[in-house]
Amino acid sequence: MYKFLLCWRYLRTRYIALASVVSVTLGVATMIVVNAVMEGFTHEMQDRIHGILSDVVFESHSLEGFPDPEGKMEQIRQVAGDYIAGMTSTVVIPALLIFEVQGQTITRQVNFIGVDEKTHGQVSDFNRYLQHPKNREQLSFDLRNGGYDTIDHQGSDKSKPRDRMEIAGWEYRRILAKIKGPIQADRLSDSPPQSRVASAPEPQAPPEELEHEGWTYRRGEQLTAKPPETKDPFERSRPAEFDPANETHCGIVMGIALASFRGRDGTDHFMVLPGDDVKVTVPTAGMPPKIVDDNFTIVDFYESKMSEYDANFVFVPIRKLQEMRGMIDPQTGIGNVTSIQIKLHNDADGQHVRNLLQAAFPPELFGIQTWRDKQGPLLAAVHMETAILNVLLFMIIAVAGFGILAIFYMIVVEKTRDIGILKSLGAASSGIMGIFLAYGLSLGIVGSGVGMLIGLVFVAHINEIADGLAWVTGQQVFDPSIYYFQQIPTIVQPFTVSWIVLGAMAIAIMASILPARRAARLHPVEALRYE
Amino acid sequence: MSNAPLVKTPTAAHDAARTHVKFDPQPGAALAPRAPFQATEAPQMAAQGLWKRYFKGRVEIPVLRGVELEVRRGEFVSIIGQSGSGKSTLLHLLCTLDVPDQGEIRFQGQRIDNVSARRRDQLRNKELGMIFQFYHLLPELTALENVLSPLLIAEGAWSYFRRRREHLERAKELLDRVGLSHRLKHRPRELSGGEMQRAAIARALVAGPEVLLADEPTGNLDTRTGEEILTILRSLNESQRLTVIMVTHDRAIAAQADRTVRLAQGQMEIA
Repeated sequence: MYKFLLCWRYLRTRYIALASVVSVTLGVATMIVVNAVMEGFTHEMQDRIHGILSDVVFESHSLEGFPDPEGKMEQIRQVAGDYIAGMTSTVVIPALLIFEVQGQTITRQVNFIGVDEKTHGQVSDFNRYLQHPKNREQLSFDLRNGGYDTIDHQGSDKSKPRDRMEIAGWEYRRILAKIKGPIQADRLSDSPPQSRVASAPEPQAPPEELEHEGWTYRRGEQLTAKPPETKDPFERSRPAEFDPANETHCGIVMGIALASFRGRDGTDHFMVLPGDDVKVTVPTAGMPPKIVDDNFTIVDFYESKMSEYDANFVFVPIRKLQEMRGMIDPQTGIGNVTSIQIKLHNDADGQHVRNLLQAAFPPELFGIQTWRDKQGPLLAAVHMETAILNVLLFMIIAVAGFGILAIFYMIVVEKTRDIGILKSLGAASSGIMGIFLAYGLSLGIVGSGVGMLIGLVFVAHINEIADGLAWVTGQQVFDPSIYYFQQIPTIVQPFTVSWIVLGAMAIAIMASILPARRAARLHPVEALRYE
Repeated sequence: MSNAPLVKTPTAAHDAARTHVKFDPQPGAALAPRAPFQATEAPQMAAQGLWKRYFKGRVEIPVLRGVELEVRRGEFVSIIGQSGSGKSTLLHLLCTLDVPDQGEIRFQGQRIDNVSARRRDQLRNKELGMIFQFYHLLPELTALENVLSPLLIAEGAWSYFRRRREHLERAKELLDRVGLSHRLKHRPRELSGGEMQRAAIARALVAGPEVLLADEPTGNLDTRTGEEILTILRSLNESQRLTVIMVTHDRAIAAQADRTVRLAQGQMEIA
């Protein structure tokens, strides 16, 4: 009983000892903040990666793909059917994306992905990242009438509005068509437009033919100053003519970072919008590959907030891509695919399914990976970073432990006579040791408890703190144009927090063992004589 | 038992403390006649052939060289000797704070110099009370808590909590008996030397020991305060038959005991 009483009194009267645990407090707080931010980033990143990659990816090594995807799916079901929630086939091919902005041609190297619009949304979070609310429900490669998000639906209150997206859709396309005039199909493409989508409900007057003056239309410019009208005498005599005001090419979903760039203040500037046409160039299947190209109409943007994906991925209907590349078997009408995306049930173990499939299919022909495998190096790097930071910060707490040790030693020396008194009153050596161990433990509890509070409060207000720092220093701490997050993501893991707090307490106790042993071993008579 | 003026108000209590009211062991009651010692009774505390030496560097300093001592129940024995004659060392041996190099110490017929550390802790806690020249109160605790400390040491948190009312009563009663009932919540540094020694006496008695070992209890006090402390010790000795073994270098103080022995050259002489 006397242990707790004395321990409590020592805590109340020895503030220097509390000073020695300040470093423990700071160490614990820093570790909690760092872990929360790293966890937040990791989670956000995994979320994005997993959003585009399904649980398990079954792919061919060759760009020509493999035939009979339905048959393969059947085989996969036979091997691991119990775990599988859904499957979809895709074709992934490197390609060039070309579009024009105010007369200049912009070319981007992209990953050109053919997806099945009905099933793709079921195996990944793909739909979640689209900009039109209806496309988020069910993907469609038809241009919408409008109603695209003008604010980032995944962003925070602080996201800058995207005013340009307001006009996107059919309205934008018609305005554009008025300015640029009808585009003859054979002028931009060797083949006639594959898909001609009937226009919006209201019947349109036949568009006035305008002299094609290049991309004179400028964003945000009023349409009052129209280019001079000139009648085309051959208007009625061109059957292959493509009417951009009422028709579109095949739809395409573009990564948002291909179409826009973010300013330093966080506003997005769009170079093209849904309704604009782009050209894509791909190599054909077969040897030697030839180059083919086709026009597409942007129907939506894909924004996963992973810049790597947003700046690389372009999605079209799988059938269209198969036709372009000549991947369709003329006899059966079934196209080759390059990969099958497999979604598992929530409780299924991806690695187990991967191992099952790897055993069933020849590795020379098919690569089978979980989404974690595919992003292995990135995730491993983040893990490594977290681990190193944790080791370094824990070292700081360990250093604090030596501070505690020194101050405890001083306190034991100062209390030598009291220790003698306690022993003369019949206190056992173990009891004396207990006083100082309990003292160390309570300092550890106080230190790590306060540290935990500071850390958690810091994490809860990390964005306000970042803003405050930015205001004081004039330098933006967290630049949304770099990270694509508007805010610093944080996740507090109770397990990690308790691990940190327990570790800090253990260090405080270990630091008090040596002084406590010294106290316990003091000879009572010498201790009583100590002045 | 209480001080002569039964004080209730703080001012009166402070007056009492300031004027050092003489301790009156049993107001209005006659002292019980003391039972004469019986030679046949076994000594309560006995030392036989005690040897103890210290080393200062490589130099061996023999402090006790065959000390013999017998103290009977209810006796008030004072041990006098010059500084460095080994008085305190003898007392430390008697209360098991230290172990002799040779010889035996018996308490109520049982050897206590070679028992386990646990048993010795128990002896010091319950059966042997100690007071010191420098009072040796714990500075972090109040007078009341200091008095309670042997009970706190003896009991775990749970059993202490169950019996804390009883313990508090006992501690308050003892502090009252030594005239400190107005100083319960004071820390040792807020007490005078005499008050600290009184608190120390109350602490030594709280666990109900049968032997009180006093190491120069008046050594740090002026004559008058020393007299008061001695009066308390005497009255305890007389009213409760508490055995008191007191070490002092002051002949006048030593003369108040039933019996005085002298420690010189590490051996006992009859004074």
